[in-house]
Amino acid sequence: MVTFTVEDHAGNRQSIEAPDDMGLSLMEILKASEYPVLATCGGMALCATCHIEVLEGKEGLGDASDVELDQLEALPEYYPTSRLACQIRISEELEGAVVKLRGEDN
Amino acid sequence: MITTDICIIGAGPVGLFAVFEAGLLKMRCHLIDALPQVGGQLSEIYPQKPIYDIPGYPEVKAQELVDNLMEQIKPFKPTFSLGERVDHLSKQTDGSYILTTSDKTQVHAQVVIIAGGLGCFEPRKPVLENLAEFEGKGVTYMVKNPEQFRDKKVILAGGGDSALDWAIYLSDIAEKVTLVHRNETFRGAPDSASKVFNLANEGKIDLILSANLKKLGGNGHLDTVYLEDKSKSQFSIETDYLIPLFGLSPKLGPIADWGLTIDRNAIEVDTRDYSTGVDRIFAIGDINTYPGKLKLILCGFHEAAIMMHSAFKFVYPDQKLSFKYTTVNGVNSF
Repeated sequence: MVTFTVEDHAGNRQSIEAPDDMGLSLMEILKASEYPVLATCGGMALCATCHIEVLEGKEGLGDASDVELDQLEALPEYYPTSRLACQIRISEELEGAVVKLRGEDN
Repeated sequence: MITTDICIIGAGPVGLFAVFEAGLLKMRCHLIDALPQVGGQLSEIYPQKPIYDIPGYPEVKAQELVDNLMEQIKPFKPTFSLGERVDHLSKQTDGSYILTTSDKTQVHAQVVIIAGGLGCFEPRKPVLENLAEFEGKGVTYMVKNPEQFRDKKVILAGGGDSALDWAIYLSDIAEKVTLVHRNETFRGAPDSASKVFNLANEGKIDLILSANLKKLGGNGHLDTVYLEDKSKSQFSIETDYLIPLFGLSPKLGPIADWGLTIDRNAIEVDTRDYSTGVDRIFAIGDINTYPGKLKLILCGFHEAAIMMHSAFKFVYPDQKLSFKYTTVNGVNSF
């Protein structure tokens, strides 16, 4: 299990514990935790409705892929550590990270 | 006024297949979709992605499935209003409905089916405090009629394919086209990007890179856009129009105001016939929810078949439904 922190659109933080051995994505955990993430495309990095900003712990998560950047850079708001949650695997690298929900508050 | 048996809101795969199931019961359909093309998210978001869980297709590209569905429903002659959003639904004394779209198209139908997926795709808006004040007064999110911009000053904002394509297209029509992008480079199609750079070199497009929209100005109509460059210094450009092009995102939209029971952006339905709590309105596909719901195209197809048998009584109140297999006489006998 890994533990990380999610900050919602209003700025409220919550600690989330998730299994790191099931091949889940951060998008799936955010949805399961009832955050307002649409994930229209289901996790193919094609809709950018799971936009997050990594506030802490960016080092372990690696860089956004090209297909992910294509989506992120077309958004009206974009931060240096913007990512698509569907492209982040739940793994030990996420331990202690802080992510903030970005994009539309659906 | 368009008159039809059934009005289907949403022309995605489930809305399209619903036409087939309605056709087998001799009910005709009109479809309305906010997108300018049929296919819903399959065509809009992932046309080239393979889908593996459509029965009978080991693998099918999303757009190919949409094309096949269009072919499959052709015998039932569906009609379409595309690029329009259903804004109002008004119940008539005989139980039927009149739907009015964003373009004021009116459709009279005995039954309404909501097959709206995750909602209507609407443009993503930049965060600018007085944006709403200028919407329709210089700020527009879609180029519906390019002639509107003839001999006008236009600012486009965004870095994707549509921003590049429209900048190229409008450079021949508008008096001046300015393209504002947050980065130094474009990630859109390399071909379009180099065309834009060439047009900028020829002086046909003003390219403003590494800049962000900050504020809008104007008295009743947009006349100035304020920008900020990467050193945070502000500057302004005079313009007639601003077209922000930051992609589309689904929103539930006016559906939320029709008295339906909505749970987390989905419409609650009765699984016996996928009826909503509102008379003669059904919801199928990703937009509905019920215990055990799976958001799969194949589940939406199933829901379409079941619900049409319940809709029949509203279209043909005096007739008894007779169930026939397509294998007996083909589809043209329906």
